Amino acid sequence: MTAPVLDVRDLKVTFSTREGLVTAVDGVSFSVDAGEVMGLVGESGSGKSVTGLAVLGLIDPPGRIAAGSITVKGRELVGLPEKALQKVRGKDVAMIFQDPMTTLNPVLRIDTQMIEAIRAHEAVSEKAARERARDALAKVGIPSPDERLSAYPNQFSGGMRQRVAIATALLNRPAVLVADEPTTALDVTIQAQILAEVQKLCAETGTALVWITHDLSVIAGLADKVAVMYAGRVVEEGMVADVLERPIHPYTAGLIGSVPSRNKRGRPLAQIPGMTPQLSKLPPGCPFAPRCFNATEPCHGIRPERTPYPGGRAARCHNPLNVPAADAARELAP
Amino acid sequence: MIRTSTSDDITSPAGTPIVSLSHVHKRFVKSLDAAEKVANLFGAGIQEQVVRAVDDVTLDVAPGEVVGLVGESGCGKSTLGRIVAGILDPSDGVVRFEGEDVAKMSGAARRRADLAVQMIFQDPAASLNPRMRVMEIIGEAPVVHGLISAGEMDAYVCGLMEKVGLDPATRRRYPHQFSGGQRARINIARALAVQPRVLVCDESTAALDVSIQAQVLNLFLELRRELNLTYVFVSHDLGVIEHIADRVAVMYLGRIVELARTDEIFEAPNHPYTQALLEEVPRLEARKRAFTALTGEIPSPLRPPPGCHFHPRCPHAFARCSVDRPALKPIAAARLSACHLNDEPGARPGRTLPAERVALEAAQG
Amino acid sequence: MSDLSPHASARPLAGPAAGMPVDASVPPAAPDKGESLLRRHVSSFFESWSAIIGLVVLVLSVMAALLAPWIAPQNPYDLASLSIMDNMLPPGEIFGMGQTAYLGTDDQGRDMLSAILYGLRVSLTVGASSVLIAAVIGASLGVLAAYAGGRVESFVMRVVDLQLSFPAILVALVLLAVFGRGVDKVVIALVVVQWAYYARTVRGSALVEKRREYIEAARCLALPRRRIVFRHLLPNCIPPLIVVATVQIANAIALESTLSFLGVGVPVTEPSLGMLIANGYGYLLSGNYWISTFPGVALVIVIVAINLVGDRLRDVLNPRLAK
Repeated sequence: MTAPVLDVRDLKVTFSTREGLVTAVDGVSFSVDAGEVMGLVGESGSGKSVTGLAVLGLIDPPGRIAAGSITVKGRELVGLPEKALQKVRGKDVAMIFQDPMTTLNPVLRIDTQMIEAIRAHEAVSEKAARERARDALAKVGIPSPDERLSAYPNQFSGGMRQRVAIATALLNRPAVLVADEPTTALDVTIQAQILAEVQKLCAETGTALVWITHDLSVIAGLADKVAVMYAGRVVEEGMVADVLERPIHPYTAGLIGSVPSRNKRGRPLAQIPGMTPQLSKLPPGCPFAPRCFNATEPCHGIRPERTPYPGGRAARCHNPLNVPAADAARELAP
Repeated sequence: MIRTSTSDDITSPAGTPIVSLSHVHKRFVKSLDAAEKVANLFGAGIQEQVVRAVDDVTLDVAPGEVVGLVGESGCGKSTLGRIVAGILDPSDGVVRFEGEDVAKMSGAARRRADLAVQMIFQDPAASLNPRMRVMEIIGEAPVVHGLISAGEMDAYVCGLMEKVGLDPATRRRYPHQFSGGQRARINIARALAVQPRVLVCDESTAALDVSIQAQVLNLFLELRRELNLTYVFVSHDLGVIEHIADRVAVMYLGRIVELARTDEIFEAPNHPYTQALLEEVPRLEARKRAFTALTGEIPSPLRPPPGCHFHPRCPHAFARCSVDRPALKPIAAARLSACHLNDEPGARPGRTLPAERVALEAAQG
Repeated sequence: MSDLSPHASARPLAGPAAGMPVDASVPPAAPDKGESLLRRHVSSFFESWSAIIGLVVLVLSVMAALLAPWIAPQNPYDLASLSIMDNMLPPGEIFGMGQTAYLGTDDQGRDMLSAILYGLRVSLTVGASSVLIAAVIGASLGVLAAYAGGRVESFVMRVVDLQLSFPAILVALVLLAVFGRGVDKVVIALVVVQWAYYARTVRGSALVEKRREYIEAARCLALPRRRIVFRHLLPNCIPPLIVVATVQIANAIALESTLSFLGVGVPVTEPSLGMLIANGYGYLLSGNYWISTFPGVALVIVIVAINLVGDRLRDVLNPRLAK
């Protein structure tokens, strides 16, 4: 078994705010293999985006990585000086954002930006770099890439800009690509196009993909495994099919029940009462306990630890719902 | 294929529609500024830009039903929603409330019609006046319109807040002190305060987290039952529409391309655009799969393609599609679709395989 | 779906039969208090030291001006209390009934400290009242123009353009040449040259606010037009107006001083700071520096203080910086 391309262990990110130190990400661990797609799911304030930024070393003050380790291809990133991080960023790890203009400079032509991105990490001739940029644009499905190279970002539609951002991110064949809700602002048909391109490219290049989203349905069709975050912690992780079909954590079950779809037509959706907690005022026990239908005494007093389950699954819950061990035993019994 | 002689049975399913749109158009014109006019004197030939946001839409909404309007950006669904809500006036065509032309109504009747159709907006924060307390936000309109007296406002607002799941003790707070889900509820309470009969929901849950969206959708369903409300639900989220709507109108670049009962449209979409749209909705039930995408971009509404707007992206398009505008006409009982393929004998645009399509095109010569 | 998450659909609170969960019950803090945006802005205002200093200086100046009749050693308007024998005393000399003229006296034997306190009164009154009147007129026209659009808007904004294309000082000079001197006339002249700034500022923010959904919501609720404009639209255009108004008070004071210095402003009997500077101007080169310098310093301090406050207000109220 080879070592995972991306390995995050016990990551803790804190922000100092007016209300004191807030822990946005608390003890998050996961790993992604080459060519694997991991979904990182959560609602606003769950810490999913901060986790993504941490992998890129993009946590700026007042935030900081307080503990934990992030290794890419076996190399530790936490604690690296900014200069060294810049070398890693764009080369080994890359990121795409919800708003592609986060990464694209509006006053520079596409070719300038892409060639710069290549030559920052590799000593190649401008001509070769240009060629590679054009190929990259063609690969993400941009028609007549030669012409489009000399355009400015504002001459593209939203979907096309996101493609350019993806092409730029994948220029140096990064080992890890972190995608933070890149299709949320796009229309359904355009989202499907982008998903198709990203899926194809990552499979071709063996890039490990971390797809951050609030949308479980995107994860269902795209990812191999999934980690569900709530209030800064991973509350459940496992293979997509297992998690979606037999959720262990009541929050995961609630999220699944909240997604409107055909089978619940006209009937009320299963809803999680209350709202997402403020990170500065987390209860002492399980952060989900105040909204949980299944909460018992210990939930309000003791933080649940990460408990591993068969099938590479894990959850943080005192009262797990579908305990896989039981399922496995039942299957073995007859 | 069953053909009905008129489209009446679908555009007005039962009795008098509560809201009816007849050949409604909405054009936004960007007129020339002084510099451009001067340039034209020298023969620059700059033309006014006209966006046909809504292009000849006819739609009836029956009392008590939920009509979903779906489509992608630029399809005109939000504009159409605003026309229904009376915020925008149509450039052409007639909007009727309970059978009466809204444009020809007298002051009092017009106001009654205006109040009867309320809108729930997309952004729960931007749609609340940041400098007013929740009590004024909800209670202002009913007092102004004389539905209640100023003295009754407090009790009235408390009752409404309870109805939508808000704590009345918070009525003296300002909008920024609430969470997104609570702001959505304030919006709903404000609309309910004038005792409307129709709610136009414009992407009303799009800005909310999944778990909060479920709460608000449940509230909509509950209110529908309790107050016998009619909804026009505008959304790009097919999951939401499938969950809440009785009938669905699919829009593309200002036109309705398909209109049918929800179960029918989701089970057997007729129009190639509807088919593509449904194909590409990410679904919870799906497992790791290869996404296959409809090619091409959504054209600019400034320069829509001639004929059928969808033909440049349509896998089944043939010569006629780029010339003739397909009419929205019945294809079965209570189903309308605007596609030329329905006129081609034996060529259902439905599950045509590429091989069949080649044969079809060859046959058409 | 039900086979995917049996627990989710079996949950007792899933159905509305269990009642809508009261969303707002979650935050326990302060059940009935409304924290207005204003209070939030005030607390963030005090995060800057320069703003606090500016505000303290400004408050002290205003108080000194208001309390001038009680704290000034002399009433400089009361010609009977002046003695020509005390004229041109340098700072620190004794004058009149044995009082010390800390800032010296002028050519008519007036105590400069007293004259500055009374002059500040005139300058601040003229500055504040002209700004207030101009802001009310300008804001109303601006918000009406933005909401009405079309011809009304074009007309108002062309007048604004016309107004702003003339130098303020020139317009004020011409007006005062016609009206003659007097505090009220200076105020009118300052209103005429200033209202256009407010109209333009308010129209700008009203055009933005007008497109926000809460205005659409107010229209959907069929609220009367006047109510939408003045109760919904205008209050949300106030923050940039406050910023402009603060800076404009400083400008108005400077402009009034300039006019008085040029001899067309306030009457000699009610000298403002500008007039005091003008009075001493002739003696500046003959060594009697204090007559012009001290009113000048007072003017600069007040204007800088107002600008410090204005700058901070701009930061606090800027929607792009606020959350």
